[in-house]
Amino acid sequence: MSKILIRGAKVLGGEPQDVLIDGETIAEVGTGLSAEGAEVVEAGGKVLLPGLVDLHTHLREPGREDSETVLTGTRAAASGGFTAVFAMANTFPVADTAGVVEQVYRLGKEHGYCDVQPIGAVTVGLEGQKLAELGAMHESAAGVTVFSDDGKCVHDAVIMRRALEYVKAFGGVVAQHAQEPRLTEGAQMNEGVVSAELGLGGWPAVAEESIIARDVLLAEHVGSRVHICHLSTAGSVEIVRWAKSRGIDVTAEVTPHHLLLTDELVRSYNPVYKVNPPLRTERDVLALREALADGTIDIVATDHAPHPHEDKDCEWAAAAMGMVGLETALSVVQETMVETGLLDWAGVADRMSITPARIGQAAGHGRPVSAGEPANLTLVDTAYRGAVDSAGFASRSRNTPYEGRELPGRVTHTWLRGKATLVDGKLT
Amino acid sequence: MDTQENPQQDPQPSDARPVLEAPDIARVLTRIAHEIVERAKGADDVVLLGIPTRGVFLARRLADKLAEITDRKIPVGSLDITMYRDDLRMHPPRALARTEIPGDGIDGRLVVLVDDVLFSGRTIRAALDALNDIGRPRAVQLAVLVDRGHRELPIRADYVGKNLPTSLRETVKVQLAEEDGRDTVLLGAKPAARGAQQ
Amino acid sequence: MQRHLISAADLTRDDAVLILDTAEEMARVADRPIKKLPTLRGRTIVNLFFEDSTRTRISFEAAEKRLSADVINFSAKGSSVSKGESLKDTAQTLEAMGVDAVVIRHGASGAPYRLANSGWIDAAVINAGDGTHQHPTQALLDAFTMRRRLVGRDAGLGQDLSGKRITLVGDVLHSRVARSNVDLLHTLGAEVTLVAPPTLLPVGIESWPCEVSYDLDSTLPKSDAVMMLRVQRERMHAAFFPTEREYSRRYGLDGDRMARMPEHAIVMHPGPMVRGMEITAEVADSDRCTVVEQVANGVSIRMAVLYLLLGGNEPAVTHTRTTEEK
Repeated sequence: MSKILIRGAKVLGGEPQDVLIDGETIAEVGTGLSAEGAEVVEAGGKVLLPGLVDLHTHLREPGREDSETVLTGTRAAASGGFTAVFAMANTFPVADTAGVVEQVYRLGKEHGYCDVQPIGAVTVGLEGQKLAELGAMHESAAGVTVFSDDGKCVHDAVIMRRALEYVKAFGGVVAQHAQEPRLTEGAQMNEGVVSAELGLGGWPAVAEESIIARDVLLAEHVGSRVHICHLSTAGSVEIVRWAKSRGIDVTAEVTPHHLLLTDELVRSYNPVYKVNPPLRTERDVLALREALADGTIDIVATDHAPHPHEDKDCEWAAAAMGMVGLETALSVVQETMVETGLLDWAGVADRMSITPARIGQAAGHGRPVSAGEPANLTLVDTAYRGAVDSAGFASRSRNTPYEGRELPGRVTHTWLRGKATLVDGKLT
Repeated sequence: MDTQENPQQDPQPSDARPVLEAPDIARVLTRIAHEIVERAKGADDVVLLGIPTRGVFLARRLADKLAEITDRKIPVGSLDITMYRDDLRMHPPRALARTEIPGDGIDGRLVVLVDDVLFSGRTIRAALDALNDIGRPRAVQLAVLVDRGHRELPIRADYVGKNLPTSLRETVKVQLAEEDGRDTVLLGAKPAARGAQQ
Repeated sequence: MQRHLISAADLTRDDAVLILDTAEEMARVADRPIKKLPTLRGRTIVNLFFEDSTRTRISFEAAEKRLSADVINFSAKGSSVSKGESLKDTAQTLEAMGVDAVVIRHGASGAPYRLANSGWIDAAVINAGDGTHQHPTQALLDAFTMRRRLVGRDAGLGQDLSGKRITLVGDVLHSRVARSNVDLLHTLGAEVTLVAPPTLLPVGIESWPCEVSYDLDSTLPKSDAVMMLRVQRERMHAAFFPTEREYSRRYGLDGDRMARMPEHAIVMHPGPMVRGMEITAEVADSDRCTVVEQVANGVSIRMAVLYLLLGGNEPAVTHTRTTEEK
């Protein structure tokens, strides 16, 4: 196997060091390492992070290959510095059987851009009625450990309780999309001052918060752990903070877009800003940043949700919900968390690699940058600043809310077990 | 039509010189009134329609003079031609002025259109179209305070207060007490740098 | 004025007064033997109605025809739209036919805004009601009716509605008429009060430039105009209020309540009325009720809007009036 010497990289934002990759593993970390027999990558002060891990990605295959496939989605992931992504279950057919999760898992392996860990559905067909075969999916080749009906809420309290209990048998975790369905019938955007003016159906914060409150109490009651997807309100932060202070085993994620964008953008009626949960207020954004900094929110997850052009190039009500995020996630986190002084690069590594890998039990990911560890690495040019241009995206879809917006940071190299998937910003 | 409210034009060019003063205006209106009576053989069926803004004031003054001469009340009204203009597409839409047709209408009557300045003739063309939608007069005549020439259509005035040969580089401004606080007709030079006006 | 008319909130006071004054002149055309003006000759206007609304459509159509525009009526029902064609494709089809303006009624809030700002078409867009968002020409015709009745037909020229107290009663939550009226009446200097059960007021209403009350009886004596909004009976099933009877008892306008209004005060309704629900027949048929007048005024207002947006080479300019030299 070949050797690669990454010279002068700020590991986790620290002092410049050299990192020598030999085959699939990191051979040595230090200064003045010999380049003999190695291909040299001059890092020139770029920041080296463990490969990013996304606990919440929609790869759309099988079923909606017009918006994304495992291939295009994992290429987008590699472009954004990710070495592992968790693929959500809301495909067609739904990933609620061992057969579907194994297919997705295999496709990820074949393409080799990024490890794909399928998430299994909690209930059959995401219908919230009947538990899917969680055990069979866990025991399949895909080894599913995370279960979610994402896109839909496991709203029935009894089903949720049973799921939380059942996955304890094999150490799984249920990731809840917290959305009380009755309170969000016809919901189009955050309910508040802007929705009142625009005449768009309101998605109230309480519809998220009430489910989170219920689920942390259920997790406590049955002694299980629960993960909260895309937490979006200041009130949700308070509930998770309270639950953690009580010792409840809860983890939570926030998306990059909820760290940056607010519902004021909906005034344009441009469906590129239509997402579920919806963009909230400035107050929520600030609370989410604070919570990610202090650890109340454990991780950043993209909720990368590709949609074809025609599903966004229409009137608001007819448009699909969701935004692509893999290729802009790190830039948005740098903008909202690093440049604001809320997190350092070690903190970013924790929120975007180490902790998501731990929650999802992604073996070999989220490891320290040190000798003997798998060479899953991401090199970031943090000094870069430029406008987002979706024409250059590897994703099949272009539904980014950041088009033309200037953001900092650019991933230049990604290595998956020593194999470069991205070199100088270009996919291999 | 209005000549006062053009924001691109100095309202009182320093080199503008009066060509008619208040007594002159009063005199020519008296003359026109007599001409109307004479040509209309007593003005029994005359209806005066002024074209806003200043044509309306002139029409009212003419009506008063006709009443003095004939000892009868002469119907007077206004005819806004804005929506009949042929240059609508060349400007932003203008605020509309009032069209007020006297109670007995214009059918079978002698309508005398009254305007302040006769220039290209396009305003009068629009006025004839507007009249067409309102009724069928026995005949239509035209009275103007000033005819400055440069006709672009085969239109002529029946009653002219003053023929004023001008060049296209000059401007003619009518001021009337009702709108402007004084009666005068000014001849001025068009500011060269801003010559975009017609 | 802006190039499109999407929201009443986009109109300045001067814009709104110019539209009302222009409508006053347009109204006089209706009294003439030939109710037609050549102003929009050669311009093509399409009435693009994705929602059934016969009264709004014929009002626009009458206005367009009186201004001599060529009119194309496009109803989404039974057309390619109901077979899944998108708003964008429909718009581009119309654009290809060379339309100058699109009058659009759509069930989705923001659809006209999207049409005007998405780059799909170049034509001017006039919102004829979108979802629960805006219905600006309705607000304009309501303001026109109020000015005529409360200030005077001629005395009102050039005037706004300063100091007039206007009360809107009913389903504010689902009402584009309420949103447009609050915006426009505020711009025109009126004091607006919304009266409704709390369930029919949107969360976030505190940022609107108006007062909010749950009590109709205390508001009526302080109102120069009371506008009753339509309340759909189906709302009852979504628990917005318990029964039709209870709604009528608390928020319906009957003869007794009308007697509590000042003598000069008028009763308005955007139509179609649900008699017996928000308004009794006695009130609806009284002299103080302006429903029929509102319909007639709708044509004048729409003529004014069409003229001011499409009559020239660009929309009418307020603040400065341009005129030609002689």
